[in-house]
Amino acid sequence: MNKACGLCCTKIQNFGVIRGKTEILKDVNLHIHCGELTAIIGPNGAGKSTFLKALLGEIPHSGELKFLDTKGAHTGHPLLGYVPQHLDFDAGTPTSVMDFFQAAKSNIPVWMLHSKKARAGIFESLQRVSAEHLIDKRLGSLSGGELQRVLLAMALDPLPDLLLLDEPVSGIDQSGLEMFYNLVSELRLKFDLSILLVSHDLPLVYKYADRVVFLNKTVQCVGKPKEVFENQIVMDTFGTSWLANGRDFNGTDI
Amino acid sequence: MEQIYNIIDILLPFQWTTHIFMKNALIAILIVTPIFGILGTMIVNNRMAFFSDALGHSALTGIAIGVVLGFNNPIWSMIGFAVIFSLALITVRNSNTTSTDTIIGVFSSTAIALGIVILSRGGDFNKFSSYLIGDLLSITINDIIMLISVLAIVLLFWATMFNKIMIISINKPLAKSRGINTRIVEIIFTAIIAIIVMISIQWVGLLIINSLLVLPAAAARNVSKNMREYHIFSVSIAMISGFCGLILSYYWNTATGATIVLISAAAFLITYAMRNRVI
Repeated sequence: MNKACGLCCTKIQNFGVIRGKTEILKDVNLHIHCGELTAIIGPNGAGKSTFLKALLGEIPHSGELKFLDTKGAHTGHPLLGYVPQHLDFDAGTPTSVMDFFQAAKSNIPVWMLHSKKARAGIFESLQRVSAEHLIDKRLGSLSGGELQRVLLAMALDPLPDLLLLDEPVSGIDQSGLEMFYNLVSELRLKFDLSILLVSHDLPLVYKYADRVVFLNKTVQCVGKPKEVFENQIVMDTFGTSWLANGRDFNGTDI
Repeated sequence: MEQIYNIIDILLPFQWTTHIFMKNALIAILIVTPIFGILGTMIVNNRMAFFSDALGHSALTGIAIGVVLGFNNPIWSMIGFAVIFSLALITVRNSNTTSTDTIIGVFSSTAIALGIVILSRGGDFNKFSSYLIGDLLSITINDIIMLISVLAIVLLFWATMFNKIMIISINKPLAKSRGINTRIVEIIFTAIIAIIVMISIQWVGLLIINSLLVLPAAAARNVSKNMREYHIFSVSIAMISGFCGLILSYYWNTATGATIVLISAAAFLITYAMRNRVI
């Protein structure tokens, strides 16, 4: 299944965001290749989530987001998949996973009977992330990890040119998070995805990311995980204590 | 119209249906309660209960503007003001980081105070107190025709936009990523709520309009596992409460709108007690 071509890519050019009088992001330039997991790290308030929201068009920005296909021809705005950091919906909402998918995928109102075909399609989408058993559960009754997988399945349907992941800060335990990284990593190869991941978990980034971007108002440093984590600015920001947190620099457990 | 009256006489051969105004009220209730049931599901989903409440209060200013401009029936100035009011509210809410509650509170109090100041000028506020409580029994044939067209608009909106509204209620950036123009959808949604609330206020009164919108959906929410059940329950609860409320208010000689609200509230309490057993 490994069909990564590495040729199509997403170009982010001169991205900037100004809110009120504060410049949150400026001159962000990035190339994201397909089949690659690019992780964005940075201190709190560095504008990581803002960057994702700007890419989605949720907040106004300057600069351009372009997608180039295999032949290098300009193919315009990429199809985006997005996994939000958290959903602050009301836990009592009578929305089943099925409803949620159906609402995102089709215009047939979800209060109508769901067709067998639609159900089968959604079942298949959920199978990609091993969450097919959750199809009739209410969103509010899912655990953090389950919800994360459902959101991922949704972001992959239809398959996006660029997948944006905002890693949750809370609600998922360490093993759940590791499982999530594993899954994303697998899907990346299987579907040749370009992935942009905002992360707070440095050991996991070290282990799974192909490229790391250190963002603080602008791109301060880009490269392979090892290169970035050995950069002085990065070390000054995060310290080195996290390295002792059960793993060494090779990402293996000590 | 005669035929509908005849049907009512055959189906409901009771003393209360002998009056034409009760027949009209019954027809109006059977049209307006599904509107409330449907809109309510979306309002509660999108956590806009407080918003629609504020919108109801803005009716006073709408009426006042109508009076100042010398309109006979202030419905158009009410709708006009409510639409502007709701769009202003949404814009401020989206561009500001202050808590939504506070912003809506500010808008709501300003609108109600402005309305009272203008209407009470000359000490003649009592004339307008019918808008506070409303009178369902004053409904005419023309009103019913108006309600039917409103129902059509709501059904159209419900059928075409519901999915988008639902995704927005769960996560806005996610909706954006699915290509939904969240701004436009929100504007249409709030404008529709504004229109429905204003049209209904003259019959149910601005004090309880919001209860009619919110209670059936809130009650349905307690016992629904998915969107389909949610809508079925919400519309049923709205219609049953409306029907029972009308009859009871006739025999108790009470205000119809408020009686309906009490029955919906009872439905909420019952479903609330049931909620752990059902879902």
